[in-house]
Amino acid sequence: MNLTELIIKAILILVVFGVTLLIAMYSTWAERKVAGFIQDRFGPNRAGPGGIFQPLADAGKMFFKEDFIPSQANKWLFILGPCLAILTALMSSAVIPFGESIRYEDLLVPVQGIEINIGILYIFGVVSLGVYGLMVGGWASNNKFSLLGAIRAASQNISYEIAFGLSIIAILMMTGSLSLRAMVEAQHGIAWNVFNQPLGFIIFLTCAFAECNRTPFDLPECETELVGGYHTEYSSMKLGFYLFAEYINMFVSSAVIATLYFGGYNYPGMDWVRETLTGSLGAATGHNLATLVGTIVLFGKIFFFIFFFMWVRWTLPRFRYDQLMNLGWKSFIPLSVLNVVVTGFGLLFDIKYASWAIVVVMVVLAMVSSARAPKEVVQPQRS
Amino acid sequence: MQLTNRSKQVSNKQMTLAEKMYLPAIAQGLAITIKHFFGKKVTVAYPEVKRYLGPVFRGHHVLKRDEEGRERCTACGLCSLACPAEAISMVAAERKKGEEGLYREEKYAAVYEINMLRCIFCGLCEEACPKQAVYLRHDRMVPIFTERDQVIYGKDQLVEKMDDRYIRTNPDVQATPTEPSYSRSAT
Repeated sequence: MNLTELIIKAILILVVFGVTLLIAMYSTWAERKVAGFIQDRFGPNRAGPGGIFQPLADAGKMFFKEDFIPSQANKWLFILGPCLAILTALMSSAVIPFGESIRYEDLLVPVQGIEINIGILYIFGVVSLGVYGLMVGGWASNNKFSLLGAIRAASQNISYEIAFGLSIIAILMMTGSLSLRAMVEAQHGIAWNVFNQPLGFIIFLTCAFAECNRTPFDLPECETELVGGYHTEYSSMKLGFYLFAEYINMFVSSAVIATLYFGGYNYPGMDWVRETLTGSLGAATGHNLATLVGTIVLFGKIFFFIFFFMWVRWTLPRFRYDQLMNLGWKSFIPLSVLNVVVTGFGLLFDIKYASWAIVVVMVVLAMVSSARAPKEVVQPQRS
Repeated sequence: MQLTNRSKQVSNKQMTLAEKMYLPAIAQGLAITIKHFFGKKVTVAYPEVKRYLGPVFRGHHVLKRDEEGRERCTACGLCSLACPAEAISMVAAERKKGEEGLYREEKYAAVYEINMLRCIFCGLCEEACPKQAVYLRHDRMVPIFTERDQVIYGKDQLVEKMDDRYIRTNPDVQATPTEPSYSRSAT
């Protein structure tokens, strides 16, 4: 690795880091905007045009609030909690391929923090570490509601991690690699995984919601039952870190969903764009511009999924805890195992769209069951 | 007792598979929220956009002049007496010769003050006034104040300007001779 490559890589990493933080920052603003629009309001619109400086104002507020540590709390663990949460959240964007490659003279540098051949395992490892931030913080607070919230977060993460992992296995079987870049390259053009793995996608999406502790799975911060959940005792920027970590996680999950199921930086007609640009602008500039277009497409997908996260949050109510566990253990794990088996058969007999069979069967079963359900008899209200 | 037909009997029947999958219901819900996302917003951006509050809103006080520009108030003190918050105070004076163009009757209010911190905008002064002199405007609010010495409004802020007369008509309610303020019309 020579110096030029090192410099390009360093700049790339800094840019990825900065963009992650910027998007997380503006996700807080977008969340409130989306909430407002869905509820027929405007959302924040006082700080700057359209409330564009709202995140700065919020951060300023967070910094100037009292940084309170309860006297009976374990001080070091209490500080460690939010640090862990934000650290793990920021770490996971390192392996996501944000674009094809940058060409500098004869050098091709992939637009990715680091290309490792176990990319998806890395993401899984780091995401699982993320729950320690919640767990440690809730436990160190020395508050029963914080602890309950932390336990909920931990058990929810453990339960959904299994279905999360199993839904990926089908994709791993189809790609034959754990590297995220290899997975993206296998989805060239419009051959996106979502068309082969519809069930896997739905399971993965739902588990991503659960892993991010987003509504309808935000039981760890269920304020009706747990005051404030695991961050009840937190204030000032420590609380800010927890909330910020949630938004970074949301960005990373959206990026992973886009990468795994929606082709990452692939888009229909990408070869044509590349040829035209390299033909008209020269090999290096054209190549870099084509990469840029791919990156913009990827960010479009990421923003759509971030919006989807918010859209769902302001639509669905929270699950009850037993419903959450039933859904995770009794529905998603068997379904994802079935998905793996069916995909395996599909690979064996070379049927690409085998996974659709499950979807078709489920839709048919659902229609039959609702057709056979006894008609609801409307009883007159007793006076 | 059944009041409307909108009430729905709750049932705990077994859910069908489609209902157990949640997905149709989720799609339905998402469709509803996205419709609202692009729908018209109900918010009135208050300081920039002001809503019409109706003809019966009680806002800023005004001491009316008559058609010839003479002050109607005779400092009888009925408004002050009617005021439940004791916000109004006045000093009466006798009209001098040559002041007939300024004051309609022989007695007038040399000082007329309303303490806006005390005022509860009940409108009893308007009802009490026998000369149709004091009104609470329906179209203007008392502005925000930040200092206590801005709170007491004197005649300079209360007396109607002739180029900015306050006319309020209420054709729905008939005025009676004994209760002229009943219609809440200002002429």
